[in-house]
Amino acid sequence: MPEVEVPLEKWTGKVNEVRLGGNGRQAVVVGGEATFPFLQFEGAIPNRPAVAIEVLDVQPTGWPSQLAAAWGNVLADPALWAKKAAEYGADIIALRLKSAHPEEGDTGAEEAKKTVDKVLAAMDLPLIVLGPEVAEKDNIVLVAASEAARGQRIALGNCEEKNYRTIGAACIADGHVAIAKTPIEINLAKQLNILLCDLGVSPESILMDPTTGALGYGLEYTYSVMERLRLACLTGDGMTSMPMICTVGEESWRQKESKSDIEVPATWGELEQRALIWEEMTASTLLNAGADIVVLRHPKTVEAIKATIDKLMG
Amino acid sequence: MALTGIEIYKFLPKTNCKKCGFPTCLAFAMKVSQKGVDITVCPDLSPEAKEALEAAGRPPIRLVTIGGDKRKIEVGNEVVMFRHEKTFYHPTGLMVRIKDSAPAEAIAKVAGEVAGYSVERVGMELALDGLALENESKDAATFVACVEAVKSKADLPLVLMSSDPAAMGAALEKAADGKPLIYAATKDNWDKMAELALKHGCPLAVHEAAGLGELAQLVEQINGAGIEDIVIDPGAHGFAQSLATLTQLRRLALKKSFRPLGYPIITFPGESSDTVEAEAVLAAQHVAKYAGIVVLDHFSPSMAYPLLTLRLNIYTDPQKPIQLTPKIYEIGAPKPDSPVCVTTNFSLTYFSIAGELESSGYPSWLLVADTEGLSVLTAWAAGKFDAEKIAKTVKDFNIAESISHRSLIIPGRVAVLRGELEEELPDWKIMVGPPEAMDIGGYLKKMWSA
Ligand code: B12
Ligand code: SF4
Repeated sequence: MPEVEVPLEKWTGKVNEVRLGGNGRQAVVVGGEATFPFLQFEGAIPNRPAVAIEVLDVQPTGWPSQLAAAWGNVLADPALWAKKAAEYGADIIALRLKSAHPEEGDTGAEEAKKTVDKVLAAMDLPLIVLGPEVAEKDNIVLVAASEAARGQRIALGNCEEKNYRTIGAACIADGHVAIAKTPIEINLAKQLNILLCDLGVSPESILMDPTTGALGYGLEYTYSVMERLRLACLTGDGMTSMPMICTVGEESWRQKESKSDIEVPATWGELEQRALIWEEMTASTLLNAGADIVVLRHPKTVEAIKATIDKLMG
Repeated sequence: MALTGIEIYKFLPKTNCKKCGFPTCLAFAMKVSQKGVDITVCPDLSPEAKEALEAAGRPPIRLVTIGGDKRKIEVGNEVVMFRHEKTFYHPTGLMVRIKDSAPAEAIAKVAGEVAGYSVERVGMELALDGLALENESKDAATFVACVEAVKSKADLPLVLMSSDPAAMGAALEKAADGKPLIYAATKDNWDKMAELALKHGCPLAVHEAAGLGELAQLVEQINGAGIEDIVIDPGAHGFAQSLATLTQLRRLALKKSFRPLGYPIITFPGESSDTVEAEAVLAAQHVAKYAGIVVLDHFSPSMAYPLLTLRLNIYTDPQKPIQLTPKIYEIGAPKPDSPVCVTTNFSLTYFSIAGELESSGYPSWLLVADTEGLSVLTAWAAGKFDAEKIAKTVKDFNIAESISHRSLIIPGRVAVLRGELEEELPDWKIMVGPPEAMDIGGYLKKMWSA
């Protein structure tokens, strides 16, 4: 029968492999792809993308009821929540130290350390710790988290232009991975990676967060910047070769489409399914753009996206 | 792809005989490239040159139209692998399958629902594009009855699905004026299906799952029968296989100008999905990764709306955000004592806040600043939505003339601008609205008394 010769790209670069956990905890390695997402006919994809579940250190307020109900009373305790998340199939726990935000309790280093200790003890998955996204407070609580988890190879985020030095230094000192977050811009992403490497963080200890726009709320920008970053990586640019992490759950559950049942057009359809599809579609689309870790919120999304990843990996 | 004058010149006789009315072959070639004159005006063009020119000028993925004069869609003619390289031009057609063995009421219901479905987003009406009618009963009369029932309910482009040329022929007698897509020609029936496509002037889908080589061979046979309006179905199922196959097809068309597979692709994500959500997610992948038509097995608004939103996202031109003209927009019928809000001219931003103001029960004046199509925070971070710009917007559009108060509500996400704005607009009271548009109703109820 006739053969068609499919054009293969000869990529010269590949995504760095980054290990989280290990040393007594479960280990997860992400990255390593030598081609575009899931194109196994062209290049090696040694590791599957990982699913992280987001855990907050304060009881979330303003979460849509179906999301809150899916977790029930564990929401009041990050350790129980993390344990439950592990049961629900998380590969990684992403702990957000939201209580450190000046408007959410303004907690400090002590509390951060306690929470991290508790969460680490409650389950044996690798951990990501995210600050409240207020640069000064991020510095304080992430350094505390770093010390608390010394040797456990957690990921600390976010390093931004303003505070990458402090967090980067903590990662070097305690053997962790730095998450470099930039606002949907390829040059800024590359620049921050360079700054971190100049500081002494090894390229194998950096994850990139390109900034997530949810479906209907900037998804297309994130999608394209991720494709461009991956293209740059595969064509040999080592400073864009870090695995990518996307905060899908946080962005998609914030949107009106995931929250509102009243005063929305009937053509939006039933809320429960719409909201789940919103998170799933944001996640799956970004996985197809090159996400190596997606941070999710709803257990059903976790289940669906894990099944999707299984199928994509073949 | 359009050829340059020089490329066209290479194919001309180069005798400068002037029979075309141009002084030289080169001058003629230049004019052809600008589409100012047709290539056939040169009487001495060799048939081989003509064919080569035609082939070279053809888009790598053919543009195929489905549907009649009233409602039709165009799919194909994409020119890039990644949307950032240029843009994706022809949004994937989203259709819903109806099986003719379903009860008549169910058929009528789905047809009516799909045809009537339309949802507004950023000022645009998003709708589904058609219905795919499948001859599951294997009975021609049942198929025809289904076609007629659907046509009476829905004026949408159709895909007619049957492997039986007799049933297809009978259905086409009723539906050919709507130029449906005939699905599908296969190894076993292609000559008869090709005949039907020619007779009725309808596009033809070609289905062959054995491999791309086999598919290409079948397409060439059908080309040989004089058919060019083709949609291909490589029979790729599931997430991994369809991603690989559709990527390979796009590459073959764009990178190797491989003509036999340079056609839009049709997919059926429901066939390999065990839940409606999984079908939606796979359909989304097909929208982003290279399908021309996606036929869904389920329809519900809660699945259609995210999918249509995704299609809008993926097919938006990355070079220019959807934006609107900066000016004063009147929401409802505002009066001199109605609230005044300011926002940016990014469509998504405008429609978020405009929609909420509309349902808040407070007619309002909405000042839209020129931020070159950027959202509130993006524009603020880029220095295009600062106190100076807002003050200038207030003054330039002279909103003061229409109102009896001097209160201005700014988006909560740029609360930091308040102080500076108070300096820029000393006569005004600056009010900081909520960060999220959906809370504006509650905010006005509590805070607004002019
Ligand atoms: C998509 C996006 C982009 C796109 C642009 C999209 C566009 N057309 O605007 C691109 C990739 C181009 C981009 C670029 C940049 N971006 Co940007 N971007 C985003 C992203 C992901 C989403 C923005 C969005 O579309 N939101 C949706 C719209 C509808 O939101 P909105 O306009 O705020 O409107 C809401 C409310 O404000 C409210 N509202 C609107 N109007 C009004 C009016 C009133 C009266 C009220 C009460 C409420 C209200 O209603 C809406 C719904 O609730 C955000 C991060 C995020 N996840 O949100 C970053 C973000 C906004 N970007 C950011 C930055 C820094 C930039 C850049 C400056 C980066 C750079 N240095 O190059 C550039 C600037 C652009 C330039 N130089 O030209 C930062 C801003 C940081 C900050 N807090 O200041 C953000 C927050 C990302 C981050 N965390 O760092 N960005
Ligand atoms: S008619 Fe043809 S050959 Fe003669 S000048 Fe024109 S292009 Fe050249």
